[in-house]
Amino acid sequence: MQTEIVKGTDITYEYVHYDENGKVDFSETALRGVSLDVRPGQFIAILGHNGSGKSTLAKQINALLLPSTGTMVVDGHDTKDASKLWDIRQTAGMVFQNPDNQIIASVVEEDVGFGPENMGVPTKEIWHRVKRSLKAVGMWEKRGESPNRLSGGQKQRVAIAGVMAMEPKCIILDEPTAMLDPGGRKEVIDAALELNRERGITVILITHYMEEVIKADRVLVMDRGKVVLTGTPREVFSKVELLRKYRLSVPQVTQLGFELQKAGLDLPDGILTIQELVTELKRLRGGSDGNQD
Amino acid sequence: MGIRIEHLSYIYNEGTTFSKTALSDINLTIADGEFIGVIGHTGSGKSTLVQHLNGLNIPTSGKIYVDGKDIHKEKESLRSLKSKVGLVFQYPEHQLFESDVLKDVMFGPRNQGLSDSEAMMRAREALRLVGLDESVEKKSPFDLSGGQKRRAAIAGILAMEPSVLVLDEPTAGLDPKGRDEILDLTAELHEKKGISVILVSHSMEDVANYVSRIIVMDEGKILYDDTPEKVFVHVKELEAVGLAAPEMVYVMKALREEGFDVDYSADTVDLARREILGALAGKNRKC
Repeated sequence: MQTEIVKGTDITYEYVHYDENGKVDFSETALRGVSLDVRPGQFIAILGHNGSGKSTLAKQINALLLPSTGTMVVDGHDTKDASKLWDIRQTAGMVFQNPDNQIIASVVEEDVGFGPENMGVPTKEIWHRVKRSLKAVGMWEKRGESPNRLSGGQKQRVAIAGVMAMEPKCIILDEPTAMLDPGGRKEVIDAALELNRERGITVILITHYMEEVIKADRVLVMDRGKVVLTGTPREVFSKVELLRKYRLSVPQVTQLGFELQKAGLDLPDGILTIQELVTELKRLRGGSDGNQD
Repeated sequence: MGIRIEHLSYIYNEGTTFSKTALSDINLTIADGEFIGVIGHTGSGKSTLVQHLNGLNIPTSGKIYVDGKDIHKEKESLRSLKSKVGLVFQYPEHQLFESDVLKDVMFGPRNQGLSDSEAMMRAREALRLVGLDESVEKKSPFDLSGGQKRRAAIAGILAMEPSVLVLDEPTAGLDPKGRDEILDLTAELHEKKGISVILVSHSMEDVANYVSRIIVMDEGKILYDDTPEKVFVHVKELEAVGLAAPEMVYVMKALREEGFDVDYSADTVDLARREILGALAGKNRKC
Protein backbone atom coordinates (compact mmCIF):
# COMPACT_ATOMS: atom_id res chain seq x y z
CA MET A 1 0.00 0.00 0.00
CA GLN A 2 1.64 3.17 -1.09
CA THR A 3 0.40 6.56 0.00
CA GLU A 4 3.01 8.86 -1.51
CA ILE A 5 2.21 10.69 -4.73
CA VAL A 6 5.92 11.04 -5.45
CA LYS A 7 8.37 8.50 -4.14
CA GLY A 8 11.99 8.67 -5.18
CA THR A 9 14.34 6.00 -3.86
CA ASP A 10 18.10 6.36 -3.93
CA ILE A 11 18.14 8.18 -7.28
CA THR A 12 21.39 8.92 -9.05
CA TYR A 13 21.55 10.74 -12.33
CA GLU A 14 24.45 11.31 -14.69
CA TYR A 15 24.56 13.79 -17.53
CA VAL A 16 26.61 12.07 -20.22
CA HIS A 17 28.49 14.15 -22.78
CA TYR A 18 29.35 12.61 -26.14
CA ASP A 19 32.15 13.59 -28.55
CA GLU A 20 31.70 14.06 -32.32
CA ASN A 21 31.96 10.30 -32.92
CA GLY A 22 29.15 9.52 -30.51
CA LYS A 23 31.52 8.09 -27.91
CA VAL A 24 31.16 8.98 -24.25
CA ASP A 25 33.39 11.99 -23.65
CA PHE A 26 32.76 12.53 -19.95
CA SER A 27 29.87 12.42 -17.53
CA GLU A 28 28.78 14.54 -14.61
CA THR A 29 26.86 13.22 -11.65
CA ALA A 30 23.98 15.57 -10.90
CA LEU A 31 22.14 13.46 -8.34
CA ARG A 32 23.88 11.22 -5.81
CA GLY A 33 21.41 8.98 -4.02
CA VAL A 34 18.40 11.22 -3.51
CA SER A 35 15.30 9.86 -1.81
CA LEU A 36 12.11 11.84 -1.68
CA ASP A 37 8.64 11.15 -0.27
CA VAL A 38 5.81 13.52 -1.03
CA ARG A 39 2.32 12.82 0.25
CA PRO A 40 -0.77 14.08 -1.60
CA GLY A 41 -1.68 17.66 -0.69
CA GLN A 42 1.72 18.62 0.69
CA PHE A 43 3.54 21.84 -0.15
CA ILE A 44 7.19 20.99 -0.53
CA ALA A 45 9.97 23.50 -1.19
CA ILE A 46 13.39 22.63 -2.57
CA LEU A 47 16.33 24.96 -1.97
CA GLY A 48 19.88 24.62 -3.21
CA HIS A 49 22.71 26.50 -4.90
CA ASN A 50 23.05 26.77 -8.70
CA GLY A 51 24.10 23.35 -9.92
CA SER A 52 23.00 21.52 -6.76
CA GLY A 53 20.64 19.26 -8.72
CA LYS A 54 17.26 20.84 -7.90
CA SER A 55 16.05 21.09 -11.49
CA THR A 56 17.46 17.67 -12.36
CA LEU A 57 15.43 16.24 -9.50
CA ALA A 58 12.30 18.13 -10.61
CA LYS A 59 12.62 16.74 -14.12
CA GLN A 60 12.68 13.19 -12.72
CA ILE A 61 9.22 13.75 -11.27
CA ASN A 62 7.47 14.12 -14.62
CA ALA A 63 9.79 11.77 -16.47
CA LEU A 64 11.58 14.41 -18.52
CA LEU A 65 14.66 12.63 -17.16
CA LEU A 66 14.89 9.05 -15.92
CA PRO A 67 17.07 7.90 -13.03
CA SER A 68 20.46 6.39 -13.94
CA THR A 69 20.04 4.17 -10.90
CA GLY A 70 17.29 4.04 -8.29
CA THR A 71 13.59 4.51 -8.90
CA MET A 72 11.06 7.30 -9.16
CA VAL A 73 7.45 6.32 -8.65
CA VAL A 74 4.75 8.89 -9.41
CA ASP A 75 1.20 8.08 -8.34
CA GLY A 76 2.04 4.39 -8.40
CA HIS A 77 3.76 4.43 -11.81
CA ASP A 78 7.49 3.83 -12.21
CA THR A 79 8.78 6.60 -14.50
CA LYS A 80 10.84 3.99 -16.38
CA ASP A 81 7.62 2.36 -17.60
CA ALA A 82 7.31 4.06 -21.01
CA SER A 83 3.69 2.95 -21.41
CA LYS A 84 2.73 5.09 -18.42
CA LEU A 85 4.54 8.23 -19.64
CA TRP A 86 1.37 10.19 -20.40
CA ASP A 87 -0.27 9.18 -17.14
CA ILE A 88 2.79 10.46 -15.32
CA ARG A 89 2.92 13.75 -17.23
CA GLN A 90 -0.78 14.22 -16.52
CA THR A 91 -0.24 13.59 -12.84
CA ALA A 92 2.73 15.92 -12.50
CA GLY A 93 2.71 19.20 -14.45
CA MET A 94 5.66 21.58 -14.62
CA VAL A 95 6.01 25.35 -14.72
CA PHE A 96 9.41 26.75 -15.67
CA GLN A 97 11.41 29.90 -14.99
CA ASN A 98 10.85 31.94 -18.12
CA PRO A 99 7.18 32.67 -18.89
CA ASP A 100 8.01 33.60 -22.49
CA ASN A 101 9.29 30.09 -23.21
CA GLN A 102 6.08 28.30 -22.24
CA ILE A 103 3.29 30.39 -23.71
CA ILE A 104 2.39 29.37 -27.24
CA ALA A 105 -1.03 30.74 -28.23
CA SER A 106 -1.97 34.29 -29.20
CA VAL A 107 -4.91 34.52 -26.82
CA VAL A 108 -4.79 33.71 -23.10
CA GLU A 109 -7.72 31.26 -23.02
CA GLU A 110 -6.43 29.35 -26.06
CA ASP A 111 -3.07 28.98 -24.39
CA VAL A 112 -4.69 27.48 -21.31
CA GLY A 113 -6.81 25.18 -23.48
CA PHE A 114 -3.81 23.81 -25.37
CA GLY A 115 -2.89 21.15 -22.79
CA PRO A 116 -6.32 19.56 -22.34
CA GLU A 117 -6.93 19.72 -26.11
CA ASN A 118 -3.73 17.74 -26.66
CA MET A 119 -4.95 15.18 -24.19
CA GLY A 120 -8.15 14.71 -26.21
CA VAL A 121 -10.50 16.25 -23.66
CA PRO A 122 -13.95 16.98 -25.22
CA THR A 123 -14.40 20.63 -26.29
CA LYS A 124 -17.11 21.47 -23.78
CA GLU A 125 -15.02 20.10 -20.96
CA ILE A 126 -11.97 22.06 -22.20
CA TRP A 127 -13.82 25.37 -21.85
CA HIS A 128 -15.02 24.34 -18.45
CA ARG A 129 -11.45 23.64 -17.35
CA VAL A 130 -10.08 26.82 -18.92
CA LYS A 131 -12.58 28.88 -16.97
CA ARG A 132 -11.92 27.11 -13.70
CA SER A 133 -8.12 27.36 -14.09
CA LEU A 134 -8.05 31.02 -15.08
CA LYS A 135 -10.36 31.88 -12.19
CA ALA A 136 -8.14 29.98 -9.77
CA VAL A 137 -5.11 32.11 -10.66
CA GLY A 138 -7.11 35.33 -10.93
CA MET A 139 -6.68 35.75 -14.69
CA TRP A 140 -10.24 35.15 -15.92
CA GLU A 141 -10.73 38.85 -16.79
CA LYS A 142 -7.70 38.68 -19.09
CA ARG A 143 -8.91 35.59 -21.01
CA GLY A 144 -9.34 37.43 -24.32
CA GLU A 145 -6.00 39.27 -24.23
CA SER A 146 -2.78 38.55 -26.00
CA PRO A 147 -0.28 36.93 -23.59
CA ASN A 148 2.53 39.20 -24.78
CA ARG A 149 0.72 42.23 -23.40
CA LEU A 150 0.69 40.78 -19.89
CA SER A 151 3.21 41.47 -17.13
CA GLY A 152 5.69 38.75 -16.15
CA GLY A 153 3.66 37.78 -13.08
CA GLN A 154 0.49 37.55 -15.13
CA LYS A 155 2.21 35.41 -17.78
CA GLN A 156 3.43 33.01 -15.12
CA ARG A 157 -0.09 32.74 -13.71
CA VAL A 158 -1.34 31.92 -17.23
CA ALA A 159 1.35 29.24 -17.45
CA ILE A 160 0.19 27.82 -14.10
CA ALA A 161 -3.43 27.86 -15.34
CA GLY A 162 -2.28 26.01 -18.46
CA VAL A 163 -0.83 23.24 -16.29
CA MET A 164 -3.88 23.24 -14.01
CA ALA A 165 -6.23 22.74 -16.95
CA MET A 166 -4.64 19.32 -17.43
CA GLU A 167 -5.86 18.61 -13.89
CA PRO A 168 -2.61 17.27 -12.49
CA LYS A 169 -2.52 16.02 -8.92
CA CYS A 170 0.87 17.62 -8.50
CA ILE A 171 2.41 20.83 -9.87
CA ILE A 172 6.15 21.37 -9.92
CA LEU A 173 7.28 25.00 -10.14
CA ASP A 174 10.93 25.39 -11.11
CA GLU A 175 12.03 28.90 -10.07
CA PRO A 176 8.78 30.43 -11.29
CA THR A 177 9.58 33.86 -9.83
CA ALA A 178 13.22 34.32 -10.84
CA MET A 179 12.40 36.87 -13.53
CA LEU A 180 9.59 38.73 -11.77
CA ASP A 181 9.21 41.99 -9.86
CA PRO A 182 8.09 41.90 -6.19
CA GLY A 183 4.40 42.27 -7.12
CA GLY A 184 4.65 39.46 -9.69
CA ARG A 185 6.48 37.20 -7.23
CA LYS A 186 3.72 37.62 -4.69
CA GLU A 187 1.00 36.90 -7.29
CA VAL A 188 2.64 33.65 -8.34
CA ILE A 189 3.34 32.40 -4.82
CA ASP A 190 -0.19 33.28 -3.70
CA ALA A 191 -1.60 31.40 -6.71
CA ALA A 192 0.49 28.33 -5.83
CA LEU A 193 -0.59 28.47 -2.18
CA GLU A 194 -4.22 28.80 -3.21
CA LEU A 195 -4.05 25.71 -5.45
CA ASN A 196 -2.51 23.81 -2.58
CA ARG A 197 -4.77 24.99 0.24
CA GLU A 198 -8.08 25.31 -1.60
CA ARG A 199 -7.83 22.52 -4.17
CA GLY A 200 -5.54 20.09 -2.44
CA ILE A 201 -3.05 20.00 -5.32
CA THR A 202 0.41 18.85 -4.28
CA VAL A 203 2.92 21.64 -4.90
CA ILE A 204 6.67 21.26 -5.26
CA LEU A 205 8.35 24.67 -5.40
CA ILE A 206 11.96 25.21 -6.36
CA THR A 207 13.25 28.68 -5.58
CA HIS A 208 16.20 30.89 -4.68
CA TYR A 209 14.01 33.24 -2.66
CA MET A 210 14.12 32.08 0.95
CA GLU A 211 11.05 34.06 2.04
CA GLU A 212 8.88 32.19 -0.48
CA VAL A 213 9.17 28.91 1.36
CA ILE A 214 8.15 29.88 4.89
CA LYS A 215 4.62 28.57 4.30
CA ALA A 216 5.78 25.19 2.96
CA ASP A 217 5.02 22.02 4.92
CA ARG A 218 8.53 20.77 4.42
CA VAL A 219 11.78 22.14 3.00
CA LEU A 220 14.50 20.10 1.33
CA VAL A 221 17.98 21.57 0.99
CA MET A 222 20.19 20.21 -1.76
CA ASP A 223 23.95 20.48 -2.04
CA ARG A 224 26.04 18.91 -4.78
CA GLY A 225 23.47 16.34 -5.81
CA LYS A 226 22.37 15.30 -2.35
CA VAL A 227 19.59 16.21 0.04
CA VAL A 228 21.59 17.50 2.99
CA LEU A 229 18.90 18.95 5.19
CA THR A 230 15.16 18.51 5.52
CA GLY A 231 12.54 19.74 7.95
CA THR A 232 9.89 22.37 8.54
CA PRO A 233 10.79 25.90 7.44
CA ARG A 234 11.47 26.77 11.08
CA GLU A 235 13.79 23.82 11.59
CA VAL A 236 15.68 24.54 8.38
CA PHE A 237 15.96 28.30 8.84
CA SER A 238 17.20 27.85 12.41
CA LYS A 239 20.47 26.67 10.86
CA VAL A 240 21.69 30.06 9.63
CA GLU A 241 25.40 29.21 9.54
CA LEU A 242 24.91 25.81 7.93
CA LEU A 243 22.73 27.26 5.16
CA ARG A 244 25.41 29.83 4.43
CA LYS A 245 27.83 26.96 3.91
CA TYR A 246 25.46 25.60 1.26
CA ARG A 247 25.51 29.02 -0.53
CA LEU A 248 22.01 29.79 0.74
CA SER A 249 20.64 32.34 3.16
CA VAL A 250 17.58 32.79 5.39
CA PRO A 251 14.69 35.28 5.10
CA GLN A 252 15.74 38.75 6.25
CA VAL A 253 13.50 38.61 9.35
CA THR A 254 15.15 35.33 10.35
CA GLN A 255 18.57 36.89 9.76
CA LEU A 256 17.61 39.85 11.94
CA GLY A 257 16.46 37.50 14.71
CA PHE A 258 19.75 35.63 14.46
CA GLU A 259 21.82 38.83 14.64
CA LEU A 260 19.84 40.04 17.66
CA GLN A 261 20.40 36.68 19.33
CA LYS A 262 24.13 37.04 18.77
CA ALA A 263 23.95 40.51 20.29
CA GLY A 264 22.67 38.88 23.47
CA LEU A 265 18.88 39.04 23.15
CA ASP A 266 17.00 36.02 24.43
CA LEU A 267 15.14 35.08 21.22
CA PRO A 268 14.10 31.63 19.96
CA ASP A 269 15.78 30.13 16.88
CA GLY A 270 14.19 30.37 13.45
CA ILE A 271 11.85 33.35 13.66
CA LEU A 272 9.97 33.32 10.35
CA THR A 273 7.57 36.24 10.33
CA ILE A 274 7.54 39.90 11.29
CA GLN A 275 4.68 39.17 13.69
CA GLU A 276 6.69 36.53 15.56
CA LEU A 277 9.62 38.91 15.92
CA VAL A 278 7.43 41.74 17.18
CA THR A 279 5.78 39.44 19.74
CA GLU A 280 9.15 38.25 21.02
CA LEU A 281 10.53 41.78 21.25
CA LYS A 282 7.45 42.89 23.17
CA ARG A 283 8.10 40.08 25.62
CA LEU A 284 11.72 41.22 26.01
CA ARG A 285 10.71 44.83 26.49
CA GLY A 286 9.11 43.40 29.60
CA GLY A 287 8.26 45.68 32.53
CA SER A 288 4.80 47.18 32.26
CA ASP A 289 3.47 45.24 29.24
CA GLY A 290 5.28 42.07 30.30
CA ASN A 291 4.52 38.50 29.37
CA GLN A 292 0.91 38.54 28.35
CA ASP A 293 1.62 37.15 24.85
CA MET B 1 31.86 61.18 -16.51
CA GLY B 2 28.47 62.85 -16.23
CA ILE B 3 25.33 61.86 -18.08
CA ARG B 4 22.47 64.28 -18.64
CA ILE B 5 19.12 63.28 -20.09
CA GLU B 6 16.71 65.98 -21.24
CA HIS B 7 13.05 65.42 -22.16
CA LEU B 8 13.70 61.89 -23.34
CA SER B 9 10.73 60.04 -24.85
CA TYR B 10 10.78 56.68 -26.56
CA ILE B 11 8.00 55.01 -28.51
CA TYR B 12 8.24 51.40 -29.70
CA ASN B 13 6.83 50.79 -33.23
CA GLU B 14 5.94 54.43 -33.70
CA GLY B 15 3.33 55.05 -36.39
CA THR B 16 1.98 51.48 -36.35
CA THR B 17 -1.02 50.01 -34.55
CA PHE B 18 1.43 48.42 -32.10
CA SER B 19 2.84 51.80 -31.09
CA LYS B 20 3.67 51.85 -27.39
CA THR B 21 5.13 54.70 -25.38
CA ALA B 22 7.88 53.21 -23.23
CA LEU B 23 9.38 56.42 -21.87
CA SER B 24 7.85 59.85 -21.63
CA ASP B 25 9.69 63.07 -20.83
CA ILE B 26 12.51 61.70 -18.70
CA ASN B 27 14.87 64.25 -17.16
CA LEU B 28 17.86 62.94 -15.27
CA THR B 29 21.40 63.88 -14.31
CA ILE B 30 23.93 61.26 -13.28
CA ALA B 31 27.13 62.56 -11.74
CA ASP B 32 30.55 60.96 -11.83
CA GLY B 33 31.05 58.00 -9.50
CA GLU B 34 27.45 57.51 -8.41
CA PHE B 35 25.96 54.14 -7.40
CA ILE B 36 22.36 54.21 -8.56
CA GLY B 37 19.57 51.66 -8.35
CA VAL B 38 16.76 51.62 -10.91
CA ILE B 39 13.60 49.82 -9.78
CA GLY B 40 10.16 49.40 -11.32
CA HIS B 41 7.70 46.64 -12.21
CA THR B 42 8.15 44.55 -15.36
CA GLY B 43 7.35 46.77 -18.31
CA SER B 44 7.86 50.07 -16.45
CA GLY B 45 10.60 51.19 -18.84
CA LYS B 46 13.74 50.41 -16.78
CA SER B 47 15.52 48.43 -19.46
CA THR B 48 14.43 50.79 -22.23
CA LEU B 49 15.89 53.67 -20.24
CA VAL B 50 19.27 52.10 -19.52
CA GLN B 51 19.58 50.96 -23.13
CA HIS B 52 19.59 54.64 -24.09
CA LEU B 53 22.69 55.30 -22.00
CA ASN B 54 25.06 53.67 -24.47
CA GLY B 55 23.17 54.65 -27.59
CA LEU B 56 21.54 51.27 -28.15
CA ASN B 57 18.10 52.85 -28.29
CA ILE B 58 17.76 56.11 -30.19
CA PRO B 59 15.38 58.59 -28.52
CA THR B 60 12.10 59.32 -30.29
CA SER B 61 12.55 62.82 -28.90
CA GLY B 62 14.85 64.49 -26.36
CA LYS B 63 18.60 64.62 -25.89
CA ILE B 64 21.27 62.61 -24.09
CA TYR B 65 24.57 64.24 -23.19
CA VAL B 66 27.60 62.27 -22.05
CA ASP B 67 30.55 64.35 -20.92
CA GLY B 68 28.64 67.38 -22.20
CA LYS B 69 28.38 66.00 -25.74
CA ASP B 70 25.12 65.17 -27.48
CA ILE B 71 25.64 61.48 -28.22
CA HIS B 72 23.41 61.42 -31.30
CA LYS B 73 24.92 64.45 -33.00
CA GLU B 74 27.94 62.79 -34.58
CA LYS B 75 28.62 59.15 -35.43
CA GLU B 76 32.05 59.25 -33.81
CA SER B 77 30.75 60.13 -30.35
CA LEU B 78 28.37 57.18 -30.51
CA ARG B 79 31.23 54.79 -31.25
CA SER B 80 33.40 55.99 -28.37
CA LEU B 81 30.30 55.97 -26.16
CA LYS B 82 30.07 52.17 -26.35
CA SER B 83 33.47 52.03 -24.67
CA LYS B 84 32.60 54.59 -22.04
CA VAL B 85 29.28 53.08 -21.01
CA GLY B 86 29.35 49.31 -20.58
CA LEU B 87 25.97 47.59 -20.61
CA VAL B 88 25.51 44.15 -19.06
CA PHE B 89 22.21 42.69 -20.25
CA GLN B 90 19.84 40.38 -18.40
CA TYR B 91 21.19 36.83 -18.48
CA PRO B 92 24.46 38.05 -20.08
CA GLU B 93 25.81 34.49 -20.10
CA HIS B 94 23.50 33.78 -23.04
CA GLN B 95 25.83 35.95 -25.07
CA LEU B 96 28.98 33.97 -24.39
CA PHE B 97 29.97 32.43 -27.69
CA GLU B 98 33.73 31.93 -28.11
CA SER B 99 35.56 28.62 -27.87
CA ASP B 100 37.30 29.61 -24.65
CA VAL B 101 36.75 32.12 -21.86
CA LEU B 102 39.82 34.25 -22.59
CA LYS B 103 38.87 34.71 -26.25
CA ASP B 104 35.34 35.58 -25.28
CA VAL B 105 36.50 38.36 -22.96
CA MET B 106 38.98 39.61 -25.59
CA PHE B 107 36.17 40.13 -28.12
CA GLY B 108 35.22 43.62 -26.85
CA PRO B 109 38.69 45.19 -26.63
CA ARG B 110 39.58 43.67 -30.03
CA ASN B 111 36.53 45.38 -31.50
CA GLN B 112 37.77 48.61 -29.98
CA GLY B 113 40.78 48.25 -32.24
CA LEU B 114 43.32 46.99 -29.72
CA SER B 115 46.01 44.54 -30.77
CA ASP B 116 45.73 40.89 -29.71
CA SER B 117 48.37 41.27 -27.02
CA GLU B 118 46.75 44.40 -25.59
CA ALA B 119 43.32 42.78 -25.73
CA MET B 120 44.70 39.76 -23.92
CA MET B 121 46.16 41.91 -21.16
CA ARG B 122 42.84 43.70 -20.74
CA ALA B 123 40.96 40.39 -20.74
CA ARG B 124 43.23 38.86 -18.10
CA GLU B 125 42.92 41.92 -15.92
CA ALA B 126 39.11 41.88 -16.25
CA LEU B 127 38.95 38.16 -15.41
CA ARG B 128 41.03 38.70 -12.26
CA LEU B 129 38.74 41.60 -11.31
CA VAL B 130 35.67 39.37 -11.40
CA GLY B 131 37.48 36.67 -9.46
CA LEU B 132 38.15 34.13 -12.23
CA ASP B 133 41.70 32.77 -12.19
CA GLU B 134 43.96 31.43 -14.93
CA SER B 135 42.54 27.92 -14.71
CA VAL B 136 39.29 28.97 -16.43
CA GLU B 137 40.92 30.89 -19.29
CA LYS B 138 41.17 27.90 -21.63
CA LYS B 139 37.85 26.37 -20.62
CA SER B 140 34.80 26.58 -22.81
CA PRO B 141 32.51 29.25 -21.36
CA PHE B 142 29.74 26.65 -21.48
CA ASP B 143 31.52 24.42 -18.97
CA LEU B 144 31.46 27.06 -16.24
CA SER B 145 28.90 27.15 -13.41
CA GLY B 146 26.01 29.63 -13.58
CA GLY B 147 27.69 32.20 -11.35
CA GLN B 148 31.04 31.84 -13.14
CA LYS B 149 29.40 32.28 -16.55
CA ARG B 150 27.80 35.47 -15.40
CA ARG B 151 31.11 36.77 -14.07
CA ALA B 152 32.85 35.89 -17.34
CA ALA B 153 30.17 37.84 -19.22
CA ILE B 154 30.68 40.85 -16.95
CA ALA B 155 34.44 40.58 -17.51
CA GLY B 156 33.73 40.89 -21.24
CA ILE B 157 32.29 44.33 -20.59
CA LEU B 158 34.94 45.38 -18.04
CA ALA B 159 37.70 44.55 -20.52
CA MET B 160 36.52 47.53 -22.54
CA GLU B 161 37.32 49.69 -19.47
CA PRO B 162 34.04 51.58 -19.28
CA SER B 163 33.72 54.47 -16.82
CA VAL B 164 30.02 53.75 -16.37
CA LEU B 165 28.79 50.22 -15.79
CA VAL B 166 25.10 49.48 -16.31
CA LEU B 167 23.84 46.12 -15.06
CA ASP B 168 20.31 44.98 -15.94
CA GLU B 169 19.16 42.54 -13.26
CA PRO B 170 22.57 40.95 -12.81
CA THR B 171 21.46 38.57 -10.05
CA ALA B 172 18.34 37.02 -11.65
CA GLY B 173 18.39 33.23 -11.29
CA LEU B 174 21.45 33.09 -9.03
CA ASP B 175 21.54 31.43 -5.60
CA PRO B 176 21.86 33.73 -2.55
CA LYS B 177 25.64 33.37 -2.35
CA GLY B 178 25.94 34.03 -6.09
CA ARG B 179 23.80 37.14 -5.68
CA ASP B 180 26.05 38.46 -2.91
CA GLU B 181 29.18 37.70 -4.96
CA ILE B 182 27.99 39.67 -7.99
CA LEU B 183 26.79 42.61 -5.90
CA ASP B 184 29.96 42.70 -3.77
CA LEU B 185 31.97 42.66 -6.98
CA THR B 186 29.97 45.60 -8.31
CA ALA B 187 30.47 47.56 -5.08
CA GLU B 188 34.21 46.82 -5.21
CA LEU B 189 34.48 48.09 -8.80
CA HIS B 190 32.64 51.20 -7.74
CA GLU B 191 34.92 51.83 -4.75
CA LYS B 192 38.31 50.79 -6.08
CA LYS B 193 38.06 51.81 -9.72
CA GLY B 194 35.72 54.74 -9.27
CA ILE B 195 33.34 53.34 -11.89
CA SER B 196 29.81 54.76 -11.83
CA VAL B 197 27.33 51.92 -11.44
CA ILE B 198 23.70 51.82 -12.49
CA LEU B 199 21.98 48.72 -11.17
CA VAL B 200 18.56 47.64 -12.46
CA SER B 201 17.03 45.31 -9.90
CA HIS B 202 13.85 43.59 -8.76
CA SER B 203 15.23 43.08 -5.26
CA MET B 204 14.43 45.92 -2.91
CA GLU B 205 16.71 44.36 -0.29
CA ASP B 206 19.70 44.39 -2.65
CA VAL B 207 19.06 47.97 -3.66
CA ALA B 208 18.78 49.02 0.00
CA ASN B 209 22.07 47.31 0.80
CA TYR B 210 24.18 48.78 -1.97
CA VAL B 211 23.05 51.98 -3.68
CA SER B 212 23.05 55.60 -2.54
CA ARG B 213 20.34 56.81 -4.91
CA ILE B 214 17.21 55.13 -6.27
CA ILE B 215 15.25 55.93 -9.40
CA VAL B 216 11.75 54.43 -9.36
CA MET B 217 10.15 53.96 -12.78
CA ASP B 218 6.44 53.58 -13.43
CA GLU B 219 4.63 53.69 -16.78
CA GLY B 220 7.64 55.16 -18.52
CA LYS B 221 8.04 58.02 -16.05
CA ILE B 222 10.23 58.69 -13.04
CA LEU B 223 8.09 58.29 -9.94
CA TYR B 224 10.81 58.95 -7.34
CA ASP B 225 14.47 59.91 -7.55
CA ASP B 226 16.00 60.09 -4.09
CA THR B 227 18.06 58.34 -1.39
CA PRO B 228 16.87 54.83 -0.39
CA GLU B 229 15.71 56.05 3.04
CA LYS B 230 13.48 58.67 1.44
CA VAL B 231 12.17 56.41 -1.34
CA PHE B 232 11.28 53.46 0.92
CA VAL B 233 9.11 55.64 3.16
CA HIS B 234 6.52 55.51 0.36
CA VAL B 235 5.50 51.92 1.11
CA LYS B 236 1.89 52.22 -0.12
CA GLU B 237 2.84 54.01 -3.33
CA LEU B 238 5.56 51.45 -4.10
CA GLU B 239 3.14 48.56 -3.58
CA ALA B 240 0.61 50.25 -5.86
CA VAL B 241 3.13 50.12 -8.71
CA GLY B 242 4.05 46.44 -8.25
CA LEU B 243 7.04 47.01 -5.97
CA ALA B 244 7.56 46.79 -2.24
CA ALA B 245 9.78 48.18 0.47
CA PRO B 246 12.68 46.06 1.78
CA GLU B 247 11.47 43.60 4.42
CA MET B 248 13.21 45.56 7.20
CA VAL B 249 11.07 48.63 6.54
CA TYR B 250 8.01 46.47 7.29
CA VAL B 251 9.66 45.26 10.50
CA MET B 252 10.33 48.83 11.59
CA LYS B 253 6.76 49.81 10.77
CA ALA B 254 5.31 46.93 12.81
CA LEU B 255 7.56 47.78 15.76
CA ARG B 256 6.62 51.45 15.71
CA GLU B 257 2.96 50.49 15.77
CA GLU B 258 3.70 48.63 19.00
CA GLY B 259 5.34 51.70 20.49
CA PHE B 260 9.00 50.83 19.91
CA ASP B 261 11.15 53.89 19.36
CA VAL B 262 12.78 52.81 16.08
CA ASP B 263 13.49 54.70 12.89
CA TYR B 264 11.49 53.96 9.74
CA SER B 265 14.46 54.47 7.50
CA ALA B 266 16.36 51.38 8.73
CA ASP B 267 16.15 49.41 5.48
CA THR B 268 18.94 46.85 6.00
CA VAL B 269 19.35 44.05 8.57
CA ASP B 270 22.34 45.82 10.08
CA LEU B 271 20.52 49.13 10.58
CA ALA B 272 17.43 47.36 11.90
CA ARG B 273 19.54 45.44 14.44
CA ARG B 274 21.02 48.69 15.73
CA GLU B 275 17.63 50.37 15.94
CA ILE B 276 16.12 47.49 17.92
CA LEU B 277 19.06 47.19 20.31
CA GLY B 278 18.95 50.95 20.82
CA ALA B 279 15.22 50.96 21.47
CA LEU B 280 15.46 48.10 23.98
CA ALA B 281 18.44 49.68 25.77
CA GLY B 282 16.45 52.90 26.12
CA LYS B 283 13.51 51.07 27.66
CA ASN B 284 15.59 48.94 29.97
CA ARG B 285 17.84 51.66 31.31
CA LYS B 286 16.16 51.49 34.69
CA CYS B 287 16.85 47.76 35.13
